[in-house]
Amino acid sequence: MVKYLIQRIASSFLVLFLVISLTFVLMHAIPGGPFSSEKVLPDAVKANIEERYHLNDPLSKQYVDYLTNIAHFDLGPTFRYAGRTVNDLIKDGMPKTAMVGLLATIIGIGGGLILGTIAALGQNKTPDIVATVLSTIGISVPSFVIATLFQYYLGYKTGWFPPVGFGELKQLVLPALALSAYPVAQVTRLMRTSMLDVLSQDYIRTARAKGIPSYLIITRHAMRNALLPVITYLGPFFAYILTGNFVVEYVFNIPGIGQFFVTSIQNRDYPTIMGITILFCTLLVVFNLLVDIAYTLVDPRIKLTTQKGA
Amino acid sequence: MSLSPDMFELVKSQVSSDAIARPSTTLWQDAWRRFKKNKLAMLGLAVLGILVFFSFCGPLLSQFNYFTNNLDDLYASPSWLHPFGTDDLGRDIMTRIMYGGRISLEIGLVSVIINLVLGVFYGGISGYFGGRVDNIMMRIIDIIYSVPDLIYVILLMVVLGQGGLINIMIVLGIVNWMAMARIVRGQILALREQEYVLAARTLGANTKRLLLKHLIPNTIGPIIVTVALQIPAAIFMEAFLSFIGIGIMPPLASWGSMASAGRLSIPSHPNALLFPAMAIAITMLAFNFVGDGLRDAFDPKMRK
Repeated sequence: MVKYLIQRIASSFLVLFLVISLTFVLMHAIPGGPFSSEKVLPDAVKANIEERYHLNDPLSKQYVDYLTNIAHFDLGPTFRYAGRTVNDLIKDGMPKTAMVGLLATIIGIGGGLILGTIAALGQNKTPDIVATVLSTIGISVPSFVIATLFQYYLGYKTGWFPPVGFGELKQLVLPALALSAYPVAQVTRLMRTSMLDVLSQDYIRTARAKGIPSYLIITRHAMRNALLPVITYLGPFFAYILTGNFVVEYVFNIPGIGQFFVTSIQNRDYPTIMGITILFCTLLVVFNLLVDIAYTLVDPRIKLTTQKGA
Repeated sequence: MSLSPDMFELVKSQVSSDAIARPSTTLWQDAWRRFKKNKLAMLGLAVLGILVFFSFCGPLLSQFNYFTNNLDDLYASPSWLHPFGTDDLGRDIMTRIMYGGRISLEIGLVSVIINLVLGVFYGGISGYFGGRVDNIMMRIIDIIYSVPDLIYVILLMVVLGQGGLINIMIVLGIVNWMAMARIVRGQILALREQEYVLAARTLGANTKRLLLKHLIPNTIGPIIVTVALQIPAAIFMEAFLSFIGIGIMPPLASWGSMASAGRLSIPSHPNALLFPAMAIAITMLAFNFVGDGLRDAFDPKMRK
């Protein structure tokens, strides 16, 4: 276990190093400097800007500097928000992104598990059909369309929830719902299949034969085992919550990391693009490690070992 | 009653008892037979056929094109002339959806062909050589895989510069091949060790025959299924790119760019958003139904 952990952590650092290097190379492979898209600048001004952002240093030096700064958790200045650093942006945006993400995670996992279980229990009956239709919609409609429809119909038209902004708890509801639409659909489908699988097992029949009430069978015996496939989905789930935030924060005008990322792409603000990419990858790598550990805690049959070959 | 020899007739065996009496069905006949039984999958296939016709032949029949603005007829509601209405520049939405369908389907197809070639090549080498080569090649994939593909897509699109159909196809193609490589590699690796391959080898089959007759046909099922499920994923991803402003650029139309432009006029003219969004959703569903149907058809064991 310890050996496995050490190996996993080492490989996580390798992944992060490669991601940083790759984003650095990509962002510097763009023809022309980051300021050349604007109107032609006087040479002196251009030289000043390049001096300010160290763009006149040799690439190798810029690369080493960037790595050193990241090791000190410094992601550098932004190009478009004068006087602000990428760290400032992240500090501003992270709590908002985290709150929407957390709520969406709760709705996503909770809603998915409940819908999936209900669907499995009433297989091929009305609840199953309703759950299947809902999850099919969640998977086949782009998130920005879902977010827009929620915003307009549940926010603007009915006035149930505030359609834009961030601040009150009420304003979190629509973004979180929109963000969780796709993961709810996925979790529902997963949970339904795995629940059906478990319910047909012999030990469930044994429990029934022993006269255990069915709510206990479902919560104690079936759900626990049915959860396992869902846990493996948590990695992609979290990745979706992070990247799905790009859309949701943009639509609902929440000044979180996702919105900064989208605007930085539109503005070609390279340090911000790099910084947020690196932040997201770090979060993901850490989360995936946690999921793997959680998996062993839930399922005693799985032991973490150093994998050989495949 | 007495028995005499002339009451009996000698049974002559016409066929050797080793041969199979029934004509053998090929992989394709078998898969098609199972696929036909799946109603949803057949529905999906029919819808895809209609979509292809609509997208590629529709524009020829339409009196409008995708780029001419008609400022006298902005935001028209659906009517006989414009069945889906017109958009913010007076362009016929139905015609634009036809052209957009062309672009979306092309993006899906071309990017899948790119990742098919890369994935089969990479996965095939990895699985065929096995051992150390395989280990290193798969570690590389693990590393690439640990970052969401959306982030690669965005980074590459930023690097390649905006829009451009070709850029989008290439980027989506080179981002999605890892899943294909893993599947091909897993199949080849598992098949290599199967008894029937050993049997074929013992009977004197050479490498070429092994590959062509035994390994590749058994890999084709999962490859086709992956392709069928990756096409809609690419279309979805293109919609997202258009939404954040680095996808298809106007006046070209894709369903994603139309939906994201239509978003802004939803309070007064929801048709500019709803029709392109419906086109995306229907395509997604059709491809997913067909993909699920194919999976069941090629691999009955996986049927749930």
